[in-house]
Formats: sequence, structure tokens, C-alpha cells
Amino acid sequence: MKYIDPHVHMVSRTTDDYQRMAMAGCVAITEPAFWAGYDRSGEGFRDYFIQLTENEPKRAAQYGIQHFTWMSINPKEADDPVLAREVISMIPSFLEKPNVLGIGEIGLNKNTKNELQILEEHIALAVEYNQLILIHTPHLEDKLKGTLLIMDVLKQFSQIDRGRVLIDHVEEHTVEHVLNQGYWAGMTLYPDTKCTPERATDIIEMFGEERMWLNSAGDWGPSDPLAVPKTRLEMQKRGHTQKTIEKMSFENPCRFLSQSKKFHLNLES
Amino acid sequence: MKSSYNCPSNRKRVIDLYFLEHRAKLLDIASFLDRIQRADPLEEKEDNFRLKALKNALHLLIDDEPNKTKRILESLSDQDSEVPQSALGTKGAMGAPKEIKK
Repeated sequence: MKYIDPHVHMVSRTTDDYQRMAMAGCVAITEPAFWAGYDRSGEGFRDYFIQLTENEPKRAAQYGIQHFTWMSINPKEADDPVLAREVISMIPSFLEKPNVLGIGEIGLNKNTKNELQILEEHIALAVEYNQLILIHTPHLEDKLKGTLLIMDVLKQFSQIDRGRVLIDHVEEHTVEHVLNQGYWAGMTLYPDTKCTPERATDIIEMFGEERMWLNSAGDWGPSDPLAVPKTRLEMQKRGHTQKTIEKMSFENPCRFLSQSKKFHLNLES
Repeated sequence: MKSSYNCPSNRKRVIDLYFLEHRAKLLDIASFLDRIQRADPLEEKEDNFRLKALKNALHLLIDDEPNKTKRILESLSDQDSEVPQSALGTKGAMGAPKEIKK
């Protein structure tokens, strides 16, 4: 069965991971701009955006996987408004690249005023260029407060279609807030933080399959690029139908991402 | 929320599928708490704030109310409404708020 991993940071992974994902049925991934583990310079970002839009699609294609991406300065670096504005100013030229689907991942990390200001500026950019939005919610003790703050900022943009915004990394204490306000919700499958395959399956059982997707958010930290197929196996083990499993791991990401005219799957390739 | 019976497996099957895995996780928590007791506290006279938060959450684990995961996550969340200007270089999270608000 084919699947999409709609949030995975493949520049941090080896080609062996592409091979394993392809063997598990992965046909496409989307890669939001991410923190490298250290704060970069503006020029460092330009190189990174070139990597995301030119090099990584070629690496993925070697394994029959289509590569799409999102542009932003990640919330972990957005607490520095000078750097953040320098990076935001270079984003518009990259939005024209054929694999760029929107603005992301933007949001909050430590729930600061600086981060909130840069979030607003990112959203304004997405509105100006009519882009999809992928939102990162903070980690651990900061998640609940940050998720609510993010939705307060989004509310200020009355022109935004909430069905074109995905709020990622939801857990049991935030998923209902996100879905009730009309946004899409992403469940990230991590070994220690965020959701496990078992808890993600619980959330699907409690809140249904509408406006939700699963992703590995595989990166340079503890993470698992095969987390989506492992969750499909967990759903199967628990007695979910193939239709439900396919909806969560393929149809729903297709539905959300197809709102960008650049998202086309070539399943014959 | 849908019906409270929304898991496609029946209760006996859920227990059969997951009991041993969670028995092992329970022992992991017990041995973690034992390990802390066996460790030199150095200057820490009182329980660390993260350990306090964990012990607080354990009470929620054994009550008879539903939605334990959600309630534990809320108990481990920052409830402070203050928004600082900057994190001053802090990037990471600790897993529990510095002060538990009940």
C-alpha cells in the first residue's frame, strides 16, 4: 500500500532511509524548512533553500519518491527578529520553485513575543502569495500554551481559509482545540516526545479521520522515518479497515496538499 | 467525541495485545524512581520540579476518570499566561513546567 510522509526532514537522513521508505510504500514526502541544530546566518539559509528546492528532489527521485518542500525560518531561530526578517525577505523568490507548496514550518518554540511577531510576518507572507500554511507547535510543556497563542494569531487574519492551514504535532490535549476551530491537525510520531503509533491510533479512534494526517517528522534527533508505515501496522493490528488506514496515510495528505496547484503525484514514475 | 466504545478491538483483546508491553513500562517507571533514590542528591534538598510533576501525574494515572493522557499532558503543561519578549537563547523544553499550577 502506498503512503505519503507529509513532514520529514530528509536533508538530515541518509539515502538508506529513502530506500527503506520506498520499500515500505512511500511515494511522496514534503519537507518543511527546519532548524539545523545551530543558528545559521542568512546566507546559510539561502544555501539550505537551494538544497531543499534543487538537490533533495533529485536525491528522492533516485528511489521513486516525489519531494515537495515548504519555506520559512523555523520557530527555533525566529526568536532573533533581525535574522528572521533577513530570511523572510528571501522566501518570495523560492516560492516560484516547482516543489514549494507553501510557508512552513512556522509557529512558536518558547512562546515569546519575538516568535509571535515573526509568526505574524510569515502568515502575512502566506496570505500575500496565497500559500498553504504548515504550523509547528511547541514541544512538551510549551505545547498547550503555544497552540492557543498560535490560533489567536491566525484569528487576526480573517481572510485565511482555515482548511488551508495544518497545525502539526498535536497531542491529546491540543487536537480538539485545533479541529474545533476548523484547521487540519497533524500527528507526529516520535519515539520519546509527541505521539507514538499507539497513541496516534487512539486519537484517530477518539476524534475520527477527518482533517488529520500522520507524519514521522524524521530529522537529526531521535526519530523514525518509518513511523508512518509502523502506525499503519498498528492500526491494522487493532482491527481498523484498509480504507481507514489508506485514508489516514495517503488520501488525507493528498487532499490537503492538492490545494496547492503544484502538488501532483506521478504514481507511474 | 464519538461513543466511548470507539476502539475496534474488544477489551479482552486490548489487554491481550498490550499487557506485557505496559507491565514492562510500569517496571521501567518503578526502576527509574528507585534509581533516583539510590543517587546522591548533592545539593538538591527537595524533589526536582520535574520529579514532582511526574509524581503528580502518577496520581492521575490511577484515578477512575477517563482521558488520563489528556489530563496528564495538561498537568505537565505551562499554565503561565505571561509571554516573555525573548527566550534569550533557550531552545529546548524540560518536559514539565517550573511551577505546577493546579
